[in-house]
Amino acid sequence: MSAMSAKTTTAEPVLEIRDLSVDYGYGDDPTHVLRNVSLTLNRGEVLGLAGESGCGKSTLAYAATRLLAPPGIITSGEVLLTGRDGRRADLLGLTDGQLRSTRWQDVAIVFQGAMSSLNPVYRVGRQLVDGILAHRKGMPRVQAEERAAELLSMVGIPADRLRSYPHQLSGGMRQRVMIAMALALEPQVLIMDEPTTALDVVMQRQILEQVMELRDRLGFSVIFITHDVSLLVEVADRIAIMYAGEIVEQAAAGDVYRRPRHPYSHGLLGSFPPLHGPRRELSGIPGSPPDLRRLAPGCPFAARCPHVMDVCRTDRPVLGPTAFASTGPGVATAAEDGRLVACHLHAQGSGPVPKALAR
Amino acid sequence: MPAELAPAGASGAPPETRAAAQDGPPVLAARGLTKHFAVGGLSKQSAGGGVRTRKVVHALDGVDLDLHRGSVLAVVGESGSGKSTIARLLAGLVPVTSGSIMLDGTEVRVRGRRAFRRYVRRVQMIFQDPFGSLNPVHPIRYTLTRSVRIHRGRLTGAALEAALAELLERVHLTPAERYIDAYPHELSGGQRQRVAIARALAADPEVLLADEPISMLDVSIRLGILNLLKDLRDRLGIAILYITHDIASARYFADRTIVLYAGRVMEAGDSESVTQDPKHPYTRLLVASAPDPDDLSGGDGDLSARQVPGEPPSLIDPPSGCRFNPRCPFATDLCRTEVPDLFDVAPGRSAACWAYSDRPGKPVLDLATAGHRTGDAATGKGAPS
Ligand SMILES: Nc1ncnc2c1ncn2[C@@H]1O[C@H](COP(=O)(O)OP(=O)(O)OP(=O)(O)O)[C@@H](O)[C@H]1O
Ligand SMILES: Nc1ncnc2c1ncn2[C@@H]1O[C@H](COP(=O)(O)OP(=O)(O)OP(=O)(O)O)[C@@H](O)[C@H]1O
Ligand code: SF4
Ligand code: SF4
Ligand SMILES: [Mg+2]
Ligand SMILES: [Mg+2]
Repeated sequence: MSAMSAKTTTAEPVLEIRDLSVDYGYGDDPTHVLRNVSLTLNRGEVLGLAGESGCGKSTLAYAATRLLAPPGIITSGEVLLTGRDGRRADLLGLTDGQLRSTRWQDVAIVFQGAMSSLNPVYRVGRQLVDGILAHRKGMPRVQAEERAAELLSMVGIPADRLRSYPHQLSGGMRQRVMIAMALALEPQVLIMDEPTTALDVVMQRQILEQVMELRDRLGFSVIFITHDVSLLVEVADRIAIMYAGEIVEQAAAGDVYRRPRHPYSHGLLGSFPPLHGPRRELSGIPGSPPDLRRLAPGCPFAARCPHVMDVCRTDRPVLGPTAFASTGPGVATAAEDGRLVACHLHAQGSGPVPKALAR
Repeated sequence: MPAELAPAGASGAPPETRAAAQDGPPVLAARGLTKHFAVGGLSKQSAGGGVRTRKVVHALDGVDLDLHRGSVLAVVGESGSGKSTIARLLAGLVPVTSGSIMLDGTEVRVRGRRAFRRYVRRVQMIFQDPFGSLNPVHPIRYTLTRSVRIHRGRLTGAALEAALAELLERVHLTPAERYIDAYPHELSGGQRQRVAIARALAADPEVLLADEPISMLDVSIRLGILNLLKDLRDRLGIAILYITHDIASARYFADRTIVLYAGRVMEAGDSESVTQDPKHPYTRLLVASAPDPDDLSGGDGDLSARQVPGEPPSLIDPPSGCRFNPRCPFATDLCRTEVPDLFDVAPGRSAACWAYSDRPGKPVLDLATAGHRTGDAATGKGAPS
């Protein structure tokens, strides 16, 4: 077991997203951006969500926290949050009043592009203090100020920057201020949407360490959205890979990396430029993501998939056990049983799984 | 389009011409580039000493760099080290505190709108933040049209449509008609970033200042964009400043790399050497802490074992001497008192570290401890396992 993971993980679900579908646009021709996404976040767990640009990761984050703005509409599904007291509620069914308290107390989100969402006319220290006070009514201001300084240094910003305006900070510093804001709320579930895109690895690690430390101390759970799978492998317990609005693979973090089961996951891994060791040609994934407005029937990855079969062009694969699960046709291993994949190669009777996906 | 990225030195033009590209005069050059930002309050020294000096942020101090035609220069360094400041100074968006910028050998004075417009025709910038840098009230068509016209004049009708579609396709936003009339808020983060890239390319600049241009893109689109930029470099001879925190992509994409720390250049050289055989203690830390996809033990990734001790320095009261000395395991008194120059450490390579000087009391670098992952000993934290 690692220093970072699974210390407090139990299989006790804290956030369950079930069958969530989201459209953009009204009328007869909406774009179905999310299609029946199900995802469970367990208490104390870090769940990584990765996938191609535009595949719907941010949409999922917004929809799950009910922050989706028009023309986005949730067309089906539920989002069940289990509170600290053990009570369970469907966030999508709460009234606005009920929601306001839950949202701030229990689910916090660091938005993608957060670096531009600080208020430009107030000093960052004041914004942090206001955030803390809104959450902790009755806390003396001086104490909130101390806490703000503490939070800033937690994310590696010297306290002498409390008096800076947002434009006086670098991009990565602004991102870190937003992370500090979210941490100030001590939420039960923290959703971070590409929170560290502007940060170097050293700083990413420092921040993630803080998050992990809080997770162990406060027992919160994290959904970490990023395109950086190599980072996820280090910090996440489980990883879900999204493609064109659907989850196509879900597994323990290291498994996705070492033993990908979906052709898209496999392609992702061939696209990393390695820093250490000999240079190698990077293969990438040919083609581009499908137009979500006109999804053909069948597998959304079919047009780019090196293993495409006839059935892939007609039938949509659903998320299910891999060929190597104890129920599947391949050679079963116990470790496979928690894994899910949406690909016809893993269906009963579709022949041997290609070598690259059978490691 | 198959997204393939070959190693930087080995792709496109044959090696001789790639080397030759470095030898000609630089298209854009900076000498002694320095930027101090005034901020509220008084500095520590002045508070004690009674002299009222304004607090300043020493964002950049004495940086030299050359951008050559057909060549990519990467700038790497931690958050707040001054990378964006370099780009903003070179783009003429903020005035320098001291130092000079030369375009084709003539000192740049970007004063007034006309001069600025002439300058941006040749030097384009891709901003770090695609959420803040696209105008929310205009659709993509408006943004790109303006940029296309910088370069191609009053293009209209079918010719304009074709130019816009081609731009969007180049940055993998296909089908183009899906994006052309969208507003920024209708696009995902990575899609906005690609619009920002398309906007800069539309002006067909000679110099491209790209500030973390692909930070929000997944690896496969990222490769496509880097290949596109490589192609522009090789075919059109465009000079590219590539700012990134992803040192592995610098290795693959950039011909040369400079490493910045707290506003100063720590190391400079060809990208392969800088990343594979770093000479400066800070570069070594940076390289050692990068994730290694081939060596991930999956789920047991151990952050604390690779943590670099110490914090980034305050730039309001920067450390005296070598700015890295508070975090450097090799620092001596010399390091704490005098600023090291960039010393030649190999052909075409330099490092700002006293260890490469012949000064008495110079530090001695122990390659064994700093060249590789910092272990528990360095962090003082054992990894519970
Ligand atoms: N307001 C909107 N109206 C119409 N389409 C939208 C809107 N917002 C997002 N989209 C589309 O929905 C898709 C999913 O967007 P989303 O922001 O969820 O992607 P993402 O996975 O977060 O991508 P990235 O990694 O680039 O941030 C994209 O193709 C985007 O163009
Ligand atoms: N307008 C300003 N006023 C005061 N300080 C500023 C201003 N702009 C930048 N700075 C400071 O200058 C330093 C360098 O900032 P810069 O944006 O160049 O960093 P960076 O290397 O791009 O970092 P990042 O990777 O986080 O984007 C930072 O400490 C920042 O706070
Ligand atoms: S279902 Fe078919 S097209 Fe889709 S990923 Fe699997 S093999 Fe490829
Ligand atoms: S000059 Fe001294 S403090 Fe600076 S990097 Fe070299 S050894 Fe370390
Ligand atoms: Mg997003
Ligand atoms: Mg920056």
